[in-house]
Amino acid sequence: MTASDASSAAGAVSRSLRRTRPRYGEAVIKGMLLTAALVSVATTVGIVVSLIPPAVEFFRTVSVSEFLTGTQWTPLFAEKHFGVLPLVAATLVITSIALLIAIPVGLGAAIYLSEYADPRLRQWLKPSLEVLAGIPTVVYGFFALAFITPLLKDILPSGWTLDVRNGLAAGLVMGVMIVPTIASLTEDALSAVPHALREGSFALGSGKRTTSVRVVVPAALSGIVAACVLGISRAVGETMIVLIAAGVSAEFTIKPLGEMETMTAFIARAASGDVPVGSISYNTIFAVGALLFLATFVMNLISIRLVRKYREVYE
Amino acid sequence: MTAPVKDAVPTAEARRGMLAGPRFRPGESLFRWLLLACLALGIVFLVSLLAYVLVEAWPRLDSRLWTNFPSIRRPENAGAQSAIYGTIWVISFTALFCLPTGIMAAVYLEEYADQERWYNRLIEVNIQNLAAVPSIIYGILGLGLLARQLALGTTVLTASLTLSLLVLPVVIISSREAIRAVPRSIRQASLALGATQWQTIWRQVLPAAVPGIATGSILALSRAIGEAAPVIMLGAVTFVMFNPEGLQSEYTVLPVQIYNWISQSREEFHHLAAAAIILLLAILLVMNAAAIWLRNRYSRRW
Amino acid sequence: MTAVPETPSSLKTTATAVQETDMTSPSDAATGGTKTPQVSFREAPALTSPVFEVGGLSVFYGDHEAVRDVNMTIGERQITAMIGPSGCGKSTVLRCFNRMNDLIPTARVAGKIHYHDEDLYGRDVDPIEVRRRIGMVFQKPNPFPKSIYDNIAYGPRVGGFRGNLDDLVEETLTHAALWDEVKDKLKTSALALSGGQQQRLCIARTIAVKPEVILMDEPCSALDPIATAKIEDLMEHLAQEFTIVIVTHNMQQAARVSHRTAFFTADVDDKGVRHGRLVEYDETELIFSNPCDQRTEDYISGRFG
Repeated sequence: MTASDASSAAGAVSRSLRRTRPRYGEAVIKGMLLTAALVSVATTVGIVVSLIPPAVEFFRTVSVSEFLTGTQWTPLFAEKHFGVLPLVAATLVITSIALLIAIPVGLGAAIYLSEYADPRLRQWLKPSLEVLAGIPTVVYGFFALAFITPLLKDILPSGWTLDVRNGLAAGLVMGVMIVPTIASLTEDALSAVPHALREGSFALGSGKRTTSVRVVVPAALSGIVAACVLGISRAVGETMIVLIAAGVSAEFTIKPLGEMETMTAFIARAASGDVPVGSISYNTIFAVGALLFLATFVMNLISIRLVRKYREVYE
Repeated sequence: MTAPVKDAVPTAEARRGMLAGPRFRPGESLFRWLLLACLALGIVFLVSLLAYVLVEAWPRLDSRLWTNFPSIRRPENAGAQSAIYGTIWVISFTALFCLPTGIMAAVYLEEYADQERWYNRLIEVNIQNLAAVPSIIYGILGLGLLARQLALGTTVLTASLTLSLLVLPVVIISSREAIRAVPRSIRQASLALGATQWQTIWRQVLPAAVPGIATGSILALSRAIGEAAPVIMLGAVTFVMFNPEGLQSEYTVLPVQIYNWISQSREEFHHLAAAAIILLLAILLVMNAAAIWLRNRYSRRW
Repeated sequence: MTAVPETPSSLKTTATAVQETDMTSPSDAATGGTKTPQVSFREAPALTSPVFEVGGLSVFYGDHEAVRDVNMTIGERQITAMIGPSGCGKSTVLRCFNRMNDLIPTARVAGKIHYHDEDLYGRDVDPIEVRRRIGMVFQKPNPFPKSIYDNIAYGPRVGGFRGNLDDLVEETLTHAALWDEVKDKLKTSALALSGGQQQRLCIARTIAVKPEVILMDEPCSALDPIATAKIEDLMEHLAQEFTIVIVTHNMQQAARVSHRTAFFTADVDDKGVRHGRLVEYDETELIFSNPCDQRTEDYISGRFG
């Protein structure tokens, strides 16, 4: 820069600080970005809009109490019954089996990864869990049907008769499917616990186990609960495993050795069949869908709340 | 320590004894093994799944898989060409729809949105919820709203739009993380030089966030590739004997084709399903490897 | 360290000497001169024509009044230093000068800041235009993760520069005394430079857009003494053309480079809330040799902060 440049800079002092030219582009871009963000809101609106009218139509014919308390589910048969309890029972049974596997295994894996594993081992273990999460559920379903069920037939006592399609195999495999979800969220929560808390416990002479179980896990509890709630939500909403491995018989039972149809499996089966649009059978899909959406929505909100809580405490 | 000591000061020997403690703590090591068993369970499951599928698939792992069309009568010669092409069509358009939208939404939420405003918090909670809504619900959205009410039919377009909405939250969440990882100092430096906010985003923030965004996008698309439940509801169930020719075409995709074959009772179809699974897993493996490679290659330490 | 003048020891002597002299009012000190000129301060000219006029400036973060009632005038082509203990609001004030505080959603500014007789916070004032005219260098060197060339060219590019960029880059780097060090690696990443070089690149990047004022927010706090000395040399050189305002926690640095010095501190009110205040603002030599406020004296003699 020469002296003349400097003087020209000084001469420019009188130039106003006002905008030299309007920047409409900036506003247009911001509007476009906002629109993109609103697509997600539109999705929720779209889900609600696609669920509500057919569901309302459905409840004109079938009373809410009949739907929620009936124990017979035959909406696609000639003689129709619309009691959703068989679907709910099957969903709850399979979800429970899945959680019996997923919660202990997921927590154990997370505690090991967060508190015990040395970094080099961790580098290998974590991606393997992620691979487990990346496998399509149709593959899990195939494995449950073709490998786990025959395996269970060999293992189970001879008095127990296991159907080709059954809730047990579906639940077990679903449990493994949810492990990565629970493990990774739990690990996030555990690693958010400040190191000082662990050191405090070690300084009092506690071992690693005592520290993990008595100090770290309680401190991360809301995050762990959030992980489990999200796990439940995923189990309730999972479709392909139950559709393939648990079957389509909507008997009202809690025995997981026979066929069971969950809410998701019913939706998939009914919607892929030839159901005339506008018929009561068609509307049934949306009524069950509304129930499913509501249930998972509540669980998701609880989970989001809990995660926010532990973030507020430690971050 | 209990033994009487001659001197007030314990000997070095005794002192070492004080700190040694019990050499073996059964509870401690049992606990550790239990935890390790949890991890091992996942890995054993993974390995046996892969091994089983591979063994089942072995007789059918050849070029017939991608040169032939599905057939309900002659499983011994059937292939999955229409499903492979269908997957390519559907996923290409899914990427086209959901990546720009997702990245733009992420930019808005990270760079423009004032988190104190109620509507921005609503958008935020809404996205977190959508990420956990069951995929079958998206199927209902696609069926009820797109296919029927908007009369798009059971076409490639409907499937792409449905899958786009399904993975949109994943794209948004991972892109936001990548954008958030760009240090504030970079933005400040750019703004202090008189750049506008958009110039700062376009020329500094996004280029620095591209590796992270690309990684997240690939993972989101690989989720869409493996998704069967919503697509089953959108008509892709019959044995499709042709490749899609456009957005209005009917189609099938790999996971649905696999489900189809699994549902058949003849043994040959199971081998076919296993072979298609291997193909699907191979595609996913390549995509995941690309994502990990990207992450490691371009990960920047600020 | 050779380039650094030996001020610390001499400072101590002045500080003790000050206690014996009478407490004079700032105006007296400015006109009457002082009796302890043995320290080699910068030659301190009278206040040049004003660039910034600050009156009754208060800055709020939400409900918290971080800075209260600051009045000062900053002269053209001078180096003005702002010193004080941490949390005294000096950086906050500095960030008002190019409206970087706008980026904090809860920040609010009251009072007046006039830039060449124009209200910096006027309704029609464009913060982008403000920042093109009033550049800023930050505490930690923050080059863009791009080539050295692109770092320099970035400001002109976003400002719509039409002309020969190559020439501009060379001219700028020469001006910032960095050309000889980097001319063979213009296309390599700026992150490969040393910390001191990175900070000088950031200064060069700032002058590439030809601003009128350069604000520096503790530019040397992350650097070693040799790199610091180089930057101080550069500042002295740049002061011939630019108005420079520097925030520093290093009193010797303020004494070495600045013409005028503002001393800030934090008052704690009855509720225990801290408010930054401007205590004293005068020629650097007077601040260091003959401060009129006890708090300034305590601070520069090391009894506080």
